[in-house]
Amino acid sequence: MPFISNTDKERKEMLAAVGVEKFEDLLVNIPNKFLLKKDCCLEDAYSELEITRKISKLAAKNISSTQANSFLGGGIYDHFIPAAVDHVLLKPEFHSAYTPYQAEVSQGTLQYIYEYQTMICDLTGMEISNAGMYDGASAAAEAILMAARKTKKFKAIIAGTINPMYLEVIKTYTVGVGIELVVIPAKNGLVDLDGLKKAVDEETSCVLLQTPNFFGNIENAFAIEEITHAAKKALFIVAVDPISLAVMNAPSEYKADIVVGEGQALGNAQNFGGPLFGFLATNLSLRRSMPGRIVGATLDVEGKRSYALTLQAREQHIRRAKATSNICSNQALCNLAATVYMTLMGKEGLKDAATHSTTKAHYLAEKITELDGFDMAFAAPFFKEFTISTPIPAKEIIIKLQPKNIFPGIDLKQFGHENMLLIAVTEKKRKSDLDELIKSLKEVTNG
Amino acid sequence: MASTIFEKTSSGRKGYTLPVNDVNIKLENCIPSEFSRKEDIRLPEVSELDVMRHFLELAHMNHCIEKGFYPLGSCTMKYNPKINETLARNDGFNNLHPYQEEDTTQGALEIMYELQKDLAEISGFAGVTLQPVAGAHGEFTGLKVIKAYHDFNGNSHKNKIILPDSAHGTNPASVVLAGFDVVEIKSNDKGLVDIQDLKSHVDDNTAGFMLTNPNTLGLFETQVEEIAEIVHSVDGLIYMDGANFNAILGIVKPGEIGFDIMHYNLHKTFATPHGGGGPGSGPIGVRKDLVKFLPTPMVNKQDNKYFMDYGNAETSLGKVHSFFGNFAVNLRAYIYIKMLGTKGLRRVSENAVINANYIQKKLEKYYNIPFKDQYCMHEFVASGVWQKEKYGINTLDIAKRILDKGYHAPTIYFPLIVPEAMMIEPTETESKETLDDFINAMIEIAKECEENPDLLKNAPLNTPVRRVDDTLAVRQLNVKFEW
Repeated sequence: MPFISNTDKERKEMLAAVGVEKFEDLLVNIPNKFLLKKDCCLEDAYSELEITRKISKLAAKNISSTQANSFLGGGIYDHFIPAAVDHVLLKPEFHSAYTPYQAEVSQGTLQYIYEYQTMICDLTGMEISNAGMYDGASAAAEAILMAARKTKKFKAIIAGTINPMYLEVIKTYTVGVGIELVVIPAKNGLVDLDGLKKAVDEETSCVLLQTPNFFGNIENAFAIEEITHAAKKALFIVAVDPISLAVMNAPSEYKADIVVGEGQALGNAQNFGGPLFGFLATNLSLRRSMPGRIVGATLDVEGKRSYALTLQAREQHIRRAKATSNICSNQALCNLAATVYMTLMGKEGLKDAATHSTTKAHYLAEKITELDGFDMAFAAPFFKEFTISTPIPAKEIIIKLQPKNIFPGIDLKQFGHENMLLIAVTEKKRKSDLDELIKSLKEVTNG
Repeated sequence: MASTIFEKTSSGRKGYTLPVNDVNIKLENCIPSEFSRKEDIRLPEVSELDVMRHFLELAHMNHCIEKGFYPLGSCTMKYNPKINETLARNDGFNNLHPYQEEDTTQGALEIMYELQKDLAEISGFAGVTLQPVAGAHGEFTGLKVIKAYHDFNGNSHKNKIILPDSAHGTNPASVVLAGFDVVEIKSNDKGLVDIQDLKSHVDDNTAGFMLTNPNTLGLFETQVEEIAEIVHSVDGLIYMDGANFNAILGIVKPGEIGFDIMHYNLHKTFATPHGGGGPGSGPIGVRKDLVKFLPTPMVNKQDNKYFMDYGNAETSLGKVHSFFGNFAVNLRAYIYIKMLGTKGLRRVSENAVINANYIQKKLEKYYNIPFKDQYCMHEFVASGVWQKEKYGINTLDIAKRILDKGYHAPTIYFPLIVPEAMMIEPTETESKETLDDFINAMIEIAKECEENPDLLKNAPLNTPVRRVDDTLAVRQLNVKFEW
């Protein structure tokens, strides 16, 4: 049998040592009628060679963004990942270890999490980061719960321009726990400031904003911060694209209280939408309300610098029903990918990735709007993703370009916006890729 | 101790290359100045070689399965086959976007569909969702199924979830997160659910019951049928925490013995790597009438075409993940299941159970084993009470000494109902020689407690750092490097 070490002979010796004759004797505590009388009906076992063939065949049924000219985003982005990232991930010491419960033999994991926390704090301008959440959506949901815990208020106000997937997950997390969600509709691709102003009151626990928002537009976080903090206790939660922070405001500049986001863009492949990882950073005054693991620097008995899980009194394995969250397994290896990525790219590399992405996106937007029938859907400034209005249904464009292996963007009709296409651009795009899309859009709309 | 990457930085050094930007547009013309970052970002500036040396230095300070035995109870630290890693890195999966048209993702959808089916078959449930990305996330999702079920039936008053005092910490935490109240009941002197105590707590407000089976003592809950009858009599649902599913593959199907919902920890039972804490995957399976409450979408098949099925949107509990869960983790579990097949999976559990019983038997003279009169399943709980009473050595000291011997320590001080607990789970991938070596090391440690207790109090001695002061880590909170 694959992956099982003991031979039949060893099995027998061990059974004898335990004092039984056969394996079934060990099952005396299981009521006989529970025991399966016939095998379950899975396929027969594949050898390594056979499974390799099968998987390669299945993979070949997919068209990857390497084979295509893809402009898909909407939370998952095809940014460049240096080869060295994966070489670090494959080290068994990172790969097949578990949560660093025994600090003395887990310093590697603990230290990289500490370095990860430092980088997230530096990017966001915040004082403390946790060791990661499941994805951007669950990080946003947990931030809302955190705000309710801290403020003891239960009205959460959400900008209607956030990623609709975030909103879906937030609904699941907040229904039935006494939190009222108020979603402020969008106006011209940005959250409606008047509507927001009217909604924020003394019962408000938080305002959640995403910038750049789902449409790619940059929100006026400064104005929204003022509206939020006009209510005495309300916390300002902001979801951001970590790549954008290389060139855009650190959330501390607009006085965010909690910063969350999807971290996939930092060194993690698209992987059909998972695994992803969420980041969550805040200020020290909120530390005891935070969900998730946190690593702190400390000393060992000899006074040597070392690391340990800290502030554990918040967590489920200590506090059980009174914990700040139920999270146990997180997405540690994805956080490691992000840490190695940020280290390799460094200060200049992350700025390069951001600059290439936004300048190429602007080139593309400008050229597309020169085409007949195409226009920017909104006038707001954007970063690497933008929404265009299309002369024919977006779905039609997508279907027509598929044979050419061009994925022009996300059809926003599924989110209630007819004839709109959401287009994402990263540094991986060459001018020729952009020109190919422009040319093809022209062709498919000219009949 | 390794210095941090921030101390290795040298201004101007680079670890990446990118092509020259071939569009002629300036950054300032893209981002309005009010939204431009005021202070330059700070990230390390190092070469690729610096990066590899740094992370290798960190790696060397970690224990891992390939380095040595990892008997961390309840975590199923089995070997993670390398073929999974190779195949999961195929470009056709790695670079697939969740918003692609279904025609271009048929291979991925087929894998998800097949995995849903295989997990359902292995466990005896009617439907499976792959969306939850961790065990606790699965618990949360399962509890939301319970909520949706009662709301659907007009029983929104049902607000209590009962669980035994031996439950994992995630159970009560998930209950609260899902909006229920926790009712904790006692275990009996055999380490199983106390039926009388359960009966006295079940009433019309009971929404459900959560049970780990085998439980956290490594014992099979023999009274499942009775428990199911009691809980079902008030229309409560029974949730199985599948953390210990590695004990019963091909032996018992939880869906056929009274459980209504369960989660699978693919990173435990189905050999996907634990990744230093994640990403895992925590799909859940449910009985037939609960399928309509599962998160959307599920993968379905029609006319030989696979598609994302949103058909249950009206009754669904909603979404728990941005997209379809941890696809790349699920892919590894799929490969593992295909490589083992029906017989292989049963063999996994057989050997996991034999290995655990073997260690339990060999250690019973040296450590207190509260439930040694029963055969255990895939793990067992030993206690350090003898060592504590006689020599003043506590379980933490023993655990640290185990590190010195080249092993990871067992899970300690859990379950809470056993004092000085050490939960030992060997898994099926370990050989008899490894177990014998570990047994000898444990016996040696028992002798050291007697002969040289200081050795234990000062342990560990041979690890990259000595005993770490975690109270200092709280008292002088330092969670980011100042540079």
